[in-house]
Formats: sequence, structure tokens, C-alpha cells
Amino acid sequence: MNFEFSDEQNMLREQAQTFLRAECPPQAVRQVLDGDAPFDRALWQKVVDMGWTATAIPEAYDGLGLSYLELSVIAEELGRALAPIPFSSSVYLATEAILMAGSEAQKTAWLPKLAAGAVIGCLAAAETSGQASAAKLAVRYEDGKLSGSKRPVADGDVADLAVVMATSESGPVLCLTDLNQAGVARTAIKTLDPSRSHAEIHFDQAAAEVLGGLGEGWDLLQALYDRAAVLFAWEQVGGSETALEMAKDYSLGRFAFGRPIATYQAIKHKLAQAYVKNTLARGNCYYGAWALSTDAEDLPIAAASARVSATQAYYYASKENIQTHGGMGFTWEFDCQFPYRRSKLLAVNIGSEAIWQEKLIAAIEAQRAA
Amino acid sequence: MDFNDTAQEAAFREEVKTWLTTNIPSNSELENLDYIQRAKLWQKRKYDAGWACIRWPKAHGGRDASAIEQVIFNQEEAKFDTPDGIFSIGQGMCAPTMMTWATDEQNERFMPPLASGEEVWCQLFSEPAGGSDLAALRTKAVKDGDDWVVNGQKIWTSGAHYSDYGVLVLRTDPDLPKHQGLTYFFLDMKSPGIDIKPIRQISGGANFNEVYFNDVRIPDAQRLGAVGQGWQVALTTLMNERASIGGGGGGVNFNSVFELAKTVDLGDRPAIEDPSVRRKLADWYVQESGLKFTGYRSMTALSKGEIPGPENSIGKLVGAPKQQDMANFALDLLDQAGIIWDEAHSVNAGMFQATYMASPGLRIAGGTDEIMANIIAERVLGMPQDIRVDKGIPFSEVPTATK
Ligand SMILES: Cc1cc2nc3c(=O)[nH]c(=O)nc-3n(C[C@H](O)[C@H](O)[C@H](O)COP(=O)(O)OP(=O)(O)OC[C@H]3O[C@@H](n4cnc5c(N)ncnc54)[C@H](O)[C@@H]3O)c2cc1C
Ligand SMILES: Cc1cc2nc3c(=O)[nH]c(=O)nc-3n(C[C@H](O)[C@H](O)[C@H](O)COP(=O)(O)OP(=O)(O)OC[C@H]3O[C@@H](n4cnc5c(N)ncnc54)[C@H](O)[C@@H]3O)c2cc1C
Repeated sequence: MNFEFSDEQNMLREQAQTFLRAECPPQAVRQVLDGDAPFDRALWQKVVDMGWTATAIPEAYDGLGLSYLELSVIAEELGRALAPIPFSSSVYLATEAILMAGSEAQKTAWLPKLAAGAVIGCLAAAETSGQASAAKLAVRYEDGKLSGSKRPVADGDVADLAVVMATSESGPVLCLTDLNQAGVARTAIKTLDPSRSHAEIHFDQAAAEVLGGLGEGWDLLQALYDRAAVLFAWEQVGGSETALEMAKDYSLGRFAFGRPIATYQAIKHKLAQAYVKNTLARGNCYYGAWALSTDAEDLPIAAASARVSATQAYYYASKENIQTHGGMGFTWEFDCQFPYRRSKLLAVNIGSEAIWQEKLIAAIEAQRAA
Repeated sequence: MDFNDTAQEAAFREEVKTWLTTNIPSNSELENLDYIQRAKLWQKRKYDAGWACIRWPKAHGGRDASAIEQVIFNQEEAKFDTPDGIFSIGQGMCAPTMMTWATDEQNERFMPPLASGEEVWCQLFSEPAGGSDLAALRTKAVKDGDDWVVNGQKIWTSGAHYSDYGVLVLRTDPDLPKHQGLTYFFLDMKSPGIDIKPIRQISGGANFNEVYFNDVRIPDAQRLGAVGQGWQVALTTLMNERASIGGGGGGVNFNSVFELAKTVDLGDRPAIEDPSVRRKLADWYVQESGLKFTGYRSMTALSKGEIPGPENSIGKLVGAPKQQDMANFALDLLDQAGIIWDEAHSVNAGMFQATYMASPGLRIAGGTDEIMANIIAERVLGMPQDIRVDKGIPFSEVPTATK
């Protein structure tokens, strides 16, 4: 057994860390959070230039043809840096959807552009509050046209291409649509995490193509979520570690009652708990990365395990980081708010904890029944 | 044991109900007012009719009502959506301290306008170097004639920017052990030399402030307690803090999550039908009811003239993390839409998102979760304090981050 990243992959990690420390310090997150720009364009361009958007795209489509292990490394580091860019939407969701279900023509048309960052992709799945279901879909695909509204769409205001979950005469369908066309209207919406933008997208007879088969859309979406969940979980673990590091650093320098607060067991045990949760999540993420990179049959189990444990770890670490900072942690000026906001964004973006807990047990049942 | 009003209490409740129904401000009255003006309008109306701070003595603007009557009034008032919040520190913490430690003349001057809401008070305790460790505060007061001259900085002062008066603890002797070198005062927030800078919170607003003191003069007559007795006076304020902060009644609670669970789906059915949701709701319900009935027990003690003990610290210790977890859970129930925080598009106008962002502050304000747990362990269970390195030595020799 060799349950570790290779030397090359670890080198990629070091490279990514050095790059992100320089190009994506907390100040970069703050600028997007506070400012009007929907994302950090300069950082995005540099990430593209590093080839990260091309990581898992085969060379035939101008990608780097690397594995999901490399993409996992990058995801963790982007999560650690809380990068304010549409990477998860474009890479883990839109690119993956096309890789998974696209026709040869669709792959040829879009993958090189996604790889080169010339196009930003997003996934438009949600419509209402609460868990979505195929039966409730209102956005409709008919004769090559989409109609209806999607909300919220992460990065929907800045994307050029959307993978859209719709319903049709023949059942649920995933569609591919160019967002820069007359039949598409977008409005930015305010969210808990303004360091990543969201939009409502309204389709009015917008031209769209079917991705995968008519009627297969719902199952494809679930399969897409399983793949993305592993990468989301890596971002979550990276973010949790940032929160834990921030808390530890602060506790060492903050004095109360003549001692660093790091000497109080209430604080030590809190941070030890965060470490334990992060480590369990990381273990599950390794399993997820392996399953994703080998197309393993137990990907649904691996993905859901990573997702559930990483969601829990990030919530805990990010809230207890604020708590460890006392009043300072509650100020806008301190950075504790970034992981707390981002943890929630990542937690609901591809379906919340309860949904993944249910998926996990259902996948285990299915495996045992087989 | 029973929960019924006595005949006298029932009559009182009726009187309260009648008065509230006819006097609650209408929407049109409140329309063009900001939240401070709204709160002041309602407070003044209560005061003019004798319904403000009803437990206080009549001479101080109250009604000489009993603790139970106060509870009844609060229960009935809570049935309406009344503007409040800006008076809780002044009326709930500063006033009891003043009534215990100030002169009759001072209380006759200051309590009525505090009851009527015409004057707002704040609490200037925390400092950059002393939050949990309040007694580590450094802002200095030096005697000069009949005045004290104050220099230094307070932080996290809620409402300083709209307050008229404030209570504060100052270091009058840095060479004594930390608790002994403190003295307690109240002061006019418009005094020359005070500079108030709002601090923006992660929840968006800027309700707390940094308050800088540059040669601010406080008359010695505004000292509460003896020189060096500040810690003892401060404890009067802190003991009342837990009573006034309590469980953090507003924001997300069992009812709001219960109602939400009926309107959103989890799986292919309303979330409320999902056993995992039901179990979570049950857990939160028993916490809320446990707190409520524990509160009733305290009220009973109160009505018999007993002082509520530190066991009331559990209100905040349970209530604040509960709000955070419930808000987090509610956002999960909303699923992807949970991230939207926009009055127009969010369920309940964004109340769940607002609570997600505000609840971390509740776990810190008025004593952190960890300090509340220490209070329970040390003062309720009688367990020993941590080994202390800051006691029995001059304050100036206590280890800090820089020495
Ligand atoms: C919304 C809000 C409103 C506020 N309003 C006011 C106000 O109006 N007036 C006012 O005076 N103050 C106010 N405060 C300040 C508040 O009382 C302090 O923030 C609080 O007491 C914590 O102090 P601190 O911020 O210095 O944190 P610290 O004391 O530095 O605490 C940092 C961390 O260390 C932990 N810690 C400290 N000591 C121990 C110990 N012995 N054992 C275990 N853990 C420990 C704490 O629990 C916390 O997790 C407000 C704070 C907030 C957030
Ligand atoms: C924001 C905030 C809110 C607080 N709320 C409360 C509260 O609701 N109830 C509460 O009991 N404490 C409260 N405290 C105080 C807390 O219990 C600790 O006393 C304080 O945080 C640490 O004090 P210390 O260790 O410096 O002093 P300690 O070592 O606790 O006390 C110093 C001296 O004061 C005396 N003393 C301390 N507490 C009491 C008391 N309750 N009665 C009589 N004498 C006492 C001690 O005997 C000792 O001589 C609060 C503190 C903060 C910062």
C-alpha cells in the first residue's frame, strides 16, 4: 500500500503554496469581499497561466492530461488560500460535466477554451429553497431552447458557459448553453460570502445543447456531484487548516490572566478537536482522490465520506477560530470571517450535509446489496 | 407548584394587555424613524404611562412592581414586535450598579431619564488587553483636585456612539495587585477628550466602538464605591449582565426552524417529515424548554427576594452556540439557496443568514463560552481556579504578551 502523494505531486504542492502565498494573501480575499469586482481577475489569469484550469483535461483537448491527484493538490491549496476565483465552478463542475458527458464535438468546442481559461464555466442547478429534485425542475428545455430561472448560480455572473439542469418532454436533461447570448439575463445576488460571486440567471428561449442523453440529466448531475464532491472536500480541508492555523497562531500571542490563552485546556482541546476533524476529513479525501483518479466503483461512497467529514471539519474549525480570537474574531478587520463565510458557501454549493449523509448510506446499501 | 397566575396576577396581566394593545406604536408612527428613534419613542410612551422599568422604585422612574409583575409585563410585551435593544445595557446593568453604589441624589437625577429612554447608557469595561481578563485593564485615572484625569482606551463598547452616559472601571494604582488597583466611575459620554471610533462587525453593522480617552476629566463625585474597590463594584454589573443578556432571545429559535422545515424539502418530502430533522428539532426544543423552566425557577427565587446565582450563566452558554448551530442547520435546510443573503430573495428576509453571522458575537459578548463554563465550574460546582500567575503581585509585574 502506498497511500501518499508522489514526490512530483508534493513538488506541485510546494509550488502552489509558494505561488498562492505571494499572489493570494488574505488581502486579496478582502479586496473581493469589500470591493465591486466579482472575483480576482489578476489571480485568475495567473492561475490559468500556471495551467491549473487545464490540469485534468486530456492533452487531446489542449489539457495537461494530469490526474485527479494533481487536481486534488491544487484544490486543497486553493481552499487553504480561500482563493476568490471561480475555479470550483469552472473546473470541478463545468469542465468535469463536459469531460464526463460531452459529445466529441462538445469536448472539442469547449475543453480547449476551458483549459486556456478563455471561457469560465459554471453549473446552474438550483431553483428553489430546499433540496432539489428532478420532479420539481421548472427550467425547461425544448427544441434547442432553454426557458426559466436558476438561482443561485455560483459565479453565474462572470461565467461564459453554463451547464444547466433542466426538464424536458423526455425527462430531466443537462444542457450546455453559452451565457453570452440574447436569451440570457443575469443579475448578481448578495450572499453570505461576497468573496465569491453568485447570480440569478434567466433564460428566455436561450439556445442550448443537450449534454449526455435526454432523460439522463438527473443521474448525470448526481454522478457529476460525486466527482466534484472530492475536489470540494479538498478545498474544505485546506480552508479548515487555515482556520486552525489562524487560531493556533493567535492563541500563542494573546494573553489573559498573565498567560497565553494557548495554555488553557479549553483552547487547546478546542484546537485539538479541530485537528482531529481535519485529519479524519483528510483521510477520507485521500480515499476520494484515489477513487476519482482510478474511476473506482466506490466513488459514491468515497466522495460522500470526504464531503460529509470535510463539511463538518470546516464548520467547526471556522467557528471556533472566531471564538478563539474573542472580540477580535468578530470584527470585519480581522480575517476570521473569511473561512467562516467560505465554509458555508462550500457546504451548500453542491448540496448540504444531510443530503450527502443520505447519499453515503444509500451508496453503502447499494454496494452491500450487489 | 403551578404555572397559573394568581387572581391578582391575572388582573395585572389584563391591565398590561389592555394598555399594550392600545399603545403599541403603529407602523405609520414608526415609518420614518431610525431604530434609535423608534426605541426611544416606545420607551418614552411606556415611561409616561408608568410602564417603564416597572421593578424600579417610583422615585427612580419605576412602578415599585414585583419581580413576577415584571415577568408578566415582559411576557406580554414580547407578544408584540416592539423596538428595543438600545436600553438593555443601561437599564439592565448600569442601573442596578448605580442603585447599589450611587447616592440617592445621583439616582434621582440619572435613573428617571434612563427609564424613559431619554438618556442612553453604555458599559466601558473591555480593553484591548483585558476582555475575559477584565481586571487586566490598563486605562489610567490619576487624581487631580476634585477630578480624575483619564487616559487610555476601551474597546467593544456597544452603543457608545449613541450613549449619553457610561460606566467604566479604571486603573488607579498599577503597583497594587490587579484587582485592588481598580476604581469604578460613571461619566458623561460628551466629556471633552473622548473619541469614539466605530468598529465594523463581521455581521455587517458597526454597533460596537473603540473609545479613546485623552485627558478626560471625571469628577470624583462620579466615583462608585471606594478608591480600589472597583472590582467589587464591577461584579455588581457583571452579575446583572448575565441576567440581561440571557439566552439571546432574538434571531433563530426552535419556532423559526420548525416553520422553515415545513416549507422546504429534504429528499422527496418536506424536511419536517425527515427523522433526522425531527431529532435535531427535538434536541433544540428540550434545550429551549429547559432554559425556560430554569428561568421560571429563578423567577420564583427572585419573587421570594433571593438573588439569582451564577447558575444563570447557563442561559448564555446554551443559548448562544444553539443559535449558531440552528442558523447553520437552517442554511443547510435551504440547501443551495442558503447562501443567498438578500432581503428580497432570502426566506424570512435573511434572518437565518443574519443569525449565522451574528451568533459568533453572542458566544463572546458578556463573557465567552469558556468563561461561562469556568464560572459554572468554579462558582457553582466549587471547583478550584486554575493555578494563577497574575495574583498577589503588583499589576505592573503581571506577564503580558510584551513582557
Ligand atoms: C458583540 C459584542 C459586544 C460587546 N459589547 C461590549 C460592551 O458593551 N462593553 C464591554 O465592555 N465589552 C463588550 N464586549 C467585549 C466582550 O465582553 C469581550 O470581547 C469578551 O469578554 C472576551 O474578551 P476578549 O475579546 O478580550 O477575548 P479574550 O479574553 O482575549 O479571549 C480569547 C479567547 O481566549 C479564551 N480564554 C480567555 N481566558 C480563558 C481562560 N481562563 N480559560 C479558557 N479560555 C480562556 C476566551 O474564551 C476566548 O476564546 C462585546 C463583545 C462583543 C463580541
Ligand atoms: C464579560 C464578563 C462577564 C462576566 N459575567 C459574570 C457573571 O455573570 N457572574 C460572575 O460571577 N462572574 C462574571 N464574570 C467574572 C468571571 O467570573 C471572572 O471572575 C472573571 O472573568 C475573571 O476574574 P479574575 O479571575 O480576574 O478574578 P477572580 O479571581 O475570579 O476574582 C478576584 C476577586 O474577586 C472575587 N470575586 C470574583 N467573583 C466574585 C463573585 N461572583 N462574588 C464575589 N466575589 C467575587 C474573588 O473572590 C477574588 O477575591 C464575568 C466576566 C466577564 C469578562
